[in-house]
Amino acid sequence: MMKIEAGRMPAVSQNQRKVQWQRWQRRAAPWMFLTPFVVLFLCFGVFPILFSLFLSFHSWNPADGWAGMKFVGLENFSFALGDEWFWKSLWNTALLALLSGLPQHLVAIPLAYFLHTSFKRSRNLVVGAYFVPYITSTVAVTLMFTALFSTDFGVINAALLWLAKLPLVGGLFPVEAVDWIGKPAFIQPAVAFIVFWRFVGFNTVLYLAALQTIPKELYEAAEMDGAGKWQQFWHITLPLLRPMMFFGATLSVIGGLQLFDEPFVLTGGRGGADQAVLTTAMYMFRSAFEFGEYGAASAISWLLFVIIALLSWLTHKIFGQHDEAAEKGEQHA
Amino acid sequence: MHKAHSIKRARQHRAIMAYALVGIGALFMLTPFYFMFVFAGHTRSEIFQMPPPLWFGGHFLENMDLLLERIPFWRNVANSLYVGLMSTALTLLFCAMGGYAFAMYEFKYKKAVFALVMSTMLLPQFLGLIPTFMIMDFLGWLDQPRALYLPGAASAFGIFLMRQYIGSAIPKEIIEAARMDGCGEFRIFFSIVLPLIGPALSTLGLIAFIGSWNNFVGPLVVMQSVENYTLPLALRSLQSPVNTPWGAVMAGSAVAVLPLLVLFALSSRRLIDGLTAGAVKS
Repeated sequence: MMKIEAGRMPAVSQNQRKVQWQRWQRRAAPWMFLTPFVVLFLCFGVFPILFSLFLSFHSWNPADGWAGMKFVGLENFSFALGDEWFWKSLWNTALLALLSGLPQHLVAIPLAYFLHTSFKRSRNLVVGAYFVPYITSTVAVTLMFTALFSTDFGVINAALLWLAKLPLVGGLFPVEAVDWIGKPAFIQPAVAFIVFWRFVGFNTVLYLAALQTIPKELYEAAEMDGAGKWQQFWHITLPLLRPMMFFGATLSVIGGLQLFDEPFVLTGGRGGADQAVLTTAMYMFRSAFEFGEYGAASAISWLLFVIIALLSWLTHKIFGQHDEAAEKGEQHA
Repeated sequence: MHKAHSIKRARQHRAIMAYALVGIGALFMLTPFYFMFVFAGHTRSEIFQMPPPLWFGGHFLENMDLLLERIPFWRNVANSLYVGLMSTALTLLFCAMGGYAFAMYEFKYKKAVFALVMSTMLLPQFLGLIPTFMIMDFLGWLDQPRALYLPGAASAFGIFLMRQYIGSAIPKEIIEAARMDGCGEFRIFFSIVLPLIGPALSTLGLIAFIGSWNNFVGPLVVMQSVENYTLPLALRSLQSPVNTPWGAVMAGSAVAVLPLLVLFALSSRRLIDGLTAGAVKS
């Protein structure tokens, strides 16, 4: 008995130490797990953003080194706001965002609805075909489109000229080769088309996911009441897709206003005929890395951010308010 | 009777039309890729003749030779692979650890830190572009692969994805049981949690790799010499106002895009679900 008793005493305190160690470890663990990510995140995620704000109030010439940084207050912002190229780039960006963004959703919603209601076995294959542009290199495919859009010998013009020779529908197509890259009126739709092509499948997948959450009973009940497929689409599907339309539209606004890769590659970084596809992101890039105006470029990027934030908020107003109203209505009922 | 029959017929016609439209649309989406592979096998003058070539050609190797004359293509492929693999490995490790901390522990400032991380997902990438260049210049990292894969590993989306998955896939009881058995916190993570989150790891891994492989603006800002270019930069550097070697460009593009198409064919479901995670509240 004594022996066992004696043996137990140190074992207990060892256990206690072990428990204490475990408790300490447990408290420290989350920070240990977070540290690598947080360090990288602060250095390369948060700090650059704060620094860019700092930079937007300074003038800096890289040749003068770090000491050459001068506080200039709002000068960079007033310069950007008075710069006609900034406004032109903003107009281009808005136009391209609209030209590419609106068709994305107008095609994606009915396409997703049709895939949801009528496709069973081959659905994944079809969805995959629409989605695959989204995962491929924008540079590689934009180079591809550069060749396809070529004026005299491009596949797209060849196809259009062939279509123009068809009876009945032929009148809808141009009889002469279109100068896609060389004319402002054509390069804008060309860029918008590439963006549309890249994102329409992504949006379709978003809407498909939302459609899957709509209870089947709703449709069954509607059918009992004698509603046709179109009526079901208008009165059940579309209203219930509203939250996803808000989400998708927000993504399109945020993405569309940052457009860079496609116009940059298509025009060799220059902006195209009459700078018609010089986007604000491209203008910012050129201001910094071609003209060496780092402060002004930072101010431009912050102005662009403010516009994106405002438009996202506006999208929320348009699509979100109805939800709140609907929720309130449900509460009253 | 007759009327009902004709309505049914009309409905069938419309259904067939709709299927055909969706099918043609799907083929239409794939045509640019088709032409990329067709053109990869044709010389420049063949690509730009009327009518354009519609079938695969036999000049692929010639085009590759032309490509290798202009740029160190295989080195660029290796750069893209190296940056992509490093970025993927670090993203997986750091985001799994961070996501686990957010999903399984209670600690001070947890909500605030998580909100901060998530809020940066909404900020445009362009806000940080100039400072990132300046930071890399300051650190002497310009023109080095780490200037690409280290910032790439701080992925807020990765944290979000991992927290969601770990929170829903791993019961807290398992962790508690392991603790009762005297298992340390790090051992719990590496020998219990990591093996259980394989699906999420492979999804995030694919997304991270593809993102890095396709990244254009990042390398455009920090990479300076053609030996260190990643594929998108290298391909774009072939563009010239006068004499772009289009056959070679198409061959290079095909080589750059093919691995992605294969990856996608093997994992499209998982990839699509991962890329659209966050859209659907679970």
